[in-house]
Amino acid sequence: MASVPPSARVVVIGAGIVGNSLVHHLARLGWRDIVQIDKGPLPNPGGSTGHASNFIFPVDHSRELADLTLDSMRQYREMGVFTESGGYEIARTPERMEELRRRMSSARAWGIEAELVSPDHVVVKVPFLDKNKILGAFWTPSVGVVDSLRAGTLMREAAMALDALTVVPTVEVTGLDVEHGRIRRVRTSGGDIEADTVVIACGVWSPRIAAMAGAAIPLTPAVHQMISVGPVPQLAEREGEISFPIIRDMDTFCYERQHGADMEVGSYAHRAILHDPSEIPSIEQAKLSPTEMPFTSDDFDPQLEQALELMPDALGADGAEIRYAINGLLSLTPDGAPILGETPEVKGLWSAAAVWIKEGPGVGRAVAEWMTHGHSEIDVHHSDIARFHPHQRTRAHVRSRTSEAFNKTYGIVHPGEQWAGDRGKRLAPMHAAEAEAGAVFFETAGWERPFWYASNEALLGEYGDAVMPREHEWDARWWSPIINAEHLAMRERAGIVDLSAFAMFDVVGPGACDAVQSTVVAQADVAEGRVIYTPVLDAKGGFRSDLTVMRLAHDRYRVVTGGAHGMADLKWFTDRAGDRAQVVDLTSAYTTIGLWGPRARDVLGALTDDDVSDSGFGFLTCRGVEIDSTSVLASRISYVGELGWELYVPMEQGARLWRLLHEAGRPHGAVPVGIGVYGTTGRLEKGYRAYGSELDAERTIVEAGMARPKVKAADFVGRDAYLAQRTAAPQAVLCTLTVDDHVSASGVKRYMLGGEPILTRDGATLTDGHGHHPYVTSAGSAPSLGRHVLLAYLPPDQATVGNGLAVSYMEELYPVTVGSVDATALFDPANERVR
Amino acid sequence: MTSVLVCVKRVPDVSGEVLLTADAQAVDARYVGFTVSAHESCAVELAVRVAAGDGATVLTLGPAEAVEQLRSALGVGCTAATLVEADTAGYGPADVAREIAAVVADHEAAGRRHDLILLGNDAADTGDFQVGIRLAHELGRPVVNGVKAVEVADGVVTARGDGPDGGVETFRVPLPAVVTVLEGGVEPRYPTITGRMKAKKVAVETVAPHRAPDGPGRVRLTLPPAQPSSVEVLGEGPAAAPAVVDLLHSLGVSR
Amino acid sequence: MILVMAETDAGGVTEVSRETLTFARALDEVHAVLVGTAPDGAAAELGAYGVTAVHHAVGEAFSAYGGAVWATAVRAAQAATGATAVTAAGTPRGNEVLAHLAARLGVPMAANVVATSGDAASLVVSRQVVGGAVLERMRLDDRPAVFSVAGHAVEAHPAATAAPVEVRELTPEVTDADLVARVVSTEPGEPDRSGSLRSARVVVGAGRGAGSADGFDAVLELAGLLDGALGVSRVVTSLGWRPHHEQVGQTGSRISPDVYLPCGISGAIQHWAGCESSKTIVAINTDPDAPMVTRATYAVIGDMHEIVPAISEEIRRRRG
Repeated sequence: MASVPPSARVVVIGAGIVGNSLVHHLARLGWRDIVQIDKGPLPNPGGSTGHASNFIFPVDHSRELADLTLDSMRQYREMGVFTESGGYEIARTPERMEELRRRMSSARAWGIEAELVSPDHVVVKVPFLDKNKILGAFWTPSVGVVDSLRAGTLMREAAMALDALTVVPTVEVTGLDVEHGRIRRVRTSGGDIEADTVVIACGVWSPRIAAMAGAAIPLTPAVHQMISVGPVPQLAEREGEISFPIIRDMDTFCYERQHGADMEVGSYAHRAILHDPSEIPSIEQAKLSPTEMPFTSDDFDPQLEQALELMPDALGADGAEIRYAINGLLSLTPDGAPILGETPEVKGLWSAAAVWIKEGPGVGRAVAEWMTHGHSEIDVHHSDIARFHPHQRTRAHVRSRTSEAFNKTYGIVHPGEQWAGDRGKRLAPMHAAEAEAGAVFFETAGWERPFWYASNEALLGEYGDAVMPREHEWDARWWSPIINAEHLAMRERAGIVDLSAFAMFDVVGPGACDAVQSTVVAQADVAEGRVIYTPVLDAKGGFRSDLTVMRLAHDRYRVVTGGAHGMADLKWFTDRAGDRAQVVDLTSAYTTIGLWGPRARDVLGALTDDDVSDSGFGFLTCRGVEIDSTSVLASRISYVGELGWELYVPMEQGARLWRLLHEAGRPHGAVPVGIGVYGTTGRLEKGYRAYGSELDAERTIVEAGMARPKVKAADFVGRDAYLAQRTAAPQAVLCTLTVDDHVSASGVKRYMLGGEPILTRDGATLTDGHGHHPYVTSAGSAPSLGRHVLLAYLPPDQATVGNGLAVSYMEELYPVTVGSVDATALFDPANERVR
Repeated sequence: MTSVLVCVKRVPDVSGEVLLTADAQAVDARYVGFTVSAHESCAVELAVRVAAGDGATVLTLGPAEAVEQLRSALGVGCTAATLVEADTAGYGPADVAREIAAVVADHEAAGRRHDLILLGNDAADTGDFQVGIRLAHELGRPVVNGVKAVEVADGVVTARGDGPDGGVETFRVPLPAVVTVLEGGVEPRYPTITGRMKAKKVAVETVAPHRAPDGPGRVRLTLPPAQPSSVEVLGEGPAAAPAVVDLLHSLGVSR
Repeated sequence: MILVMAETDAGGVTEVSRETLTFARALDEVHAVLVGTAPDGAAAELGAYGVTAVHHAVGEAFSAYGGAVWATAVRAAQAATGATAVTAAGTPRGNEVLAHLAARLGVPMAANVVATSGDAASLVVSRQVVGGAVLERMRLDDRPAVFSVAGHAVEAHPAATAAPVEVRELTPEVTDADLVARVVSTEPGEPDRSGSLRSARVVVGAGRGAGSADGFDAVLELAGLLDGALGVSRVVTSLGWRPHHEQVGQTGSRISPDVYLPCGISGAIQHWAGCESSKTIVAINTDPDAPMVTRATYAVIGDMHEIVPAISEEIRRRRG
């Protein structure tokens, strides 16, 4: 029986690709006394790494995953365990060809060499593929395979060579001890280890281990079926593990990957087969390994036929037999992103889970940097474990979303696509009234939010072509011209917006001011009743968030932030509150209703006797107003560039306030307005930046054009870095661009949706000072300008108003012109309307 | 022209630690899935070879899910399949033999005579060692047990197996006959993709049991107690090599 | 009274049959059946194991082995004696003959019994199923009770006092059908490629831990240095890494070398069944809790890919 050291600086649980990468990078960053344990033997402890197909396609629509993958490929190459094979993603349908064109956008945006090629190009390299079955392919020459087990061994050895690491295989975790909210001890079958920092890198077992500490890692083990067919004579002719490019048969959700004389055929087409972490067999109970479950052949049969159809001569060759077939377990998460970072429940307990081979070493580096410095070079906020709202940590939610997501692994997923399952779980108090008004609900953080209202269809007649209708189905999917009509009605009269999905928390106590002041960039030591809008930075000066803060009392601040990122903000503030302040989550206590437009003051004035005049209720102030017997906290702020307020009321009074606002608004022509306006058209006309689109940890205040003349004297997280950024020349500049001509070669007007590369007018690549290529961070209609607006970080020498460039959309170029090179809005640049 | 019937049984594909169901009446297969015994895989291989172009029928008695095992056999060359749909747990070896015999009789009445019936020597789960012999008694046919090679010529089946003292014993019996097969004489083939697709298209004949079973006499299953370990660990890693060589010397197997 | 079908070879009553006699003796008075030619002294040896009467079937019908005709002899002895139980060793022949007998009598048969309980009216046996990994408790209500005794269920030892043996010649009536399936010839057999494995004094074993079809070079080298043979686990042949004739296990070769060195073999029950007769087992495995390690005589913990070459190197070094 193996035994473990009695204490450690950090315990890493798991010796798969993630745990191995992590111990290597921790050691490299100076950590010592690292203890790594696994319940299985080395080098293959029996987790998902051991049966992975080990190939890597770098292009992903997510920049975060693409960057983690590129970093991982670099590391695999450096270790000498990467074999480049090239890879084709093939299209059997016109819809897929269009998706491959969209994939080209992502490849250009992330700077990955790729090419759309003809079937002939494919059969030159893969002669046994039937070219009549395909229309074309997306060729990525840098695709390859890795030896992930060897990589793991090398990384452990590197850490051991630094005398930083003790590895103990074949010990099982039996408990995690938490004291006063902090991890203290790992109990194992080989003894206890005292440690203040523990990382769970246990893949499909992670939820079970986390639960021992009362923490949640919301992933589920799910089956990915794979068979190995061979010997295939065409493959056997060549030496080595792989010499033919890997084929991803995107329309059948399958891949064909050479492995010596055998062809591995894997599938994401079968029904979602989910397991429970507690129902994974032990090494002794398993037939092969714990994560190689018995093959269910019926589920795979349709794929056999499709694979044979594609490669009849190879897969149908004499003697090519199905010699190995598994239901391999891998980790799926409700939103498809990994689960990284310190758990919100337990200090010192970290997660590094739901990571695939292609991201492993990159994630290892990012998490090690995060543990060391508090931030990572690659922004991984989409993967932050703190992102989950309570309902997103439930088993039912995880199973619903992962079931739905599984078949989207190779699917064509529209950027606006909505989930079908586990909907209707967080309802605003005015939900019934909204539904009655024909609200089309989109989901954010579980909340059902009206994106537009069918009841506003009449406005389409009123505004005619000003609503900028879209001809192409893809551009118009998950969209409605009603959004633009609502926008125009709001700008002309008034709009009432349901903002219930806001996350909201109070920072209270004698240290509240210090806590907020040291966390946010803007001056927070302001008079009671002041509202501030402020970036929140990490220590290297990258964005952690942007949000609004109201000073409600000398010892009470209220933070209002977006629902999607709200839980991560909550943890960020909680971690920095200190002993003299507390952070109290109020998200489910208050609902928020936005009232904006030139008639907003008339509407609110009709409901209250309080002074709502500009002199009596100035911009960026907040205070209580009485509306009938309801006490409302009103804040004069706007994310759409109009006069108006955000109105906060207890949840149970939200429906009533909603009704009163509509009754009072009707004579003024106020209409309900959806998130399509609030989140896109209204803000883009005003050039307002959004966290997650324009703002993330790899962007700076200066590059985002959000620098104010002065920096407050008080210290705050990221201040030193920010001061340095202010004196250095920016490497990129966030600009607003307008599309000059929408007509495609086929005569259809096209409208970009975001993610597209910005090129020169004649299609040449642009590169900023970071070595990045510009791409559209946000795109949308600006109905009041009659233009389609794009935001993008441009190289500084391209950031001049009037500069003519091009945007590539579905592999066609459309001319664009730079309209703004800072935060100056294209619409109402003097900001007169909010007054 | 030899028409062959081969009988298989859906059994848990156990390898490491065995789990029992909560009622201790069966092995829990949830982590390992199901298969047929290695003996039966060889019987299927022999059936396909012997039947050549004439077609081999595969039969099983089991739950609806046992179609999976029939399809596996169809995938490697059997051409027809029959499922006697029944809860295997309630059937003893005599019951199973009787049901197979009933199918053979029904097939014969319908003009499908099975000249040669192949079975595995024993099922991997119940290890009864008798279904083939009981089947032969039901049918009034000769039976050869535990052989590794089977050939048919001129209405005579020649079967070879290992004798008790290492020699190869030959049996020669006229058809129709029953033969049970031991693993090791032939390499069972794996399915090809085309084989698997053909298998998918074969209509499986499903029949109800002929009569109520008498049962297997099973009271319950238990797991034998683990043996206490008395292993002496010579060391860890390559550093233990000298100790291993010392040991090999002392055991007299290395100069 | 319990009737035991005893098997013999040139050395007399086989060890497993003597185990069966030892097992049966604890239950009741024992008679034995011998079929066909038996070596001199077999009856006396049976007597030493407590058999009070030997029923010896002789004649041309029994000159060659056949399950059916042997069962006819056993049936005749049972009918003549009224034995309430009939048993034999759980060998291929033992099981086969008992199965024929049970089929003819229309009674159940329990194979590979390791223990019995209950009384004459309701006998309950424990028998090995699932390759010995599981025990089944099974009722044997019919009489005679027919069951075979698993190898190693008990250790063979003679009775405290040898009974005087009465030998009764048995000449049962044999039908034509009884004689259809008999051994027509026995040859030494073609050179069996697994023969060297079964006769080797040293076997080096390799399992899934070899990693791939290319992972056997080191174990083959070590086997060569020790004049031994390579044996592999089931998964290795299933994956097509090595041929079936190298497989050690329940459905492969059963080996009994002086030293068995299983490398990277976890020790699944099927494999254990094939190697448990090894005199000394030296397991090399990364997992100290693997069944093969805990059951071995000696073990080295670690990666076979590092340890096996080190052992070979050490042997070469000492040999100069």
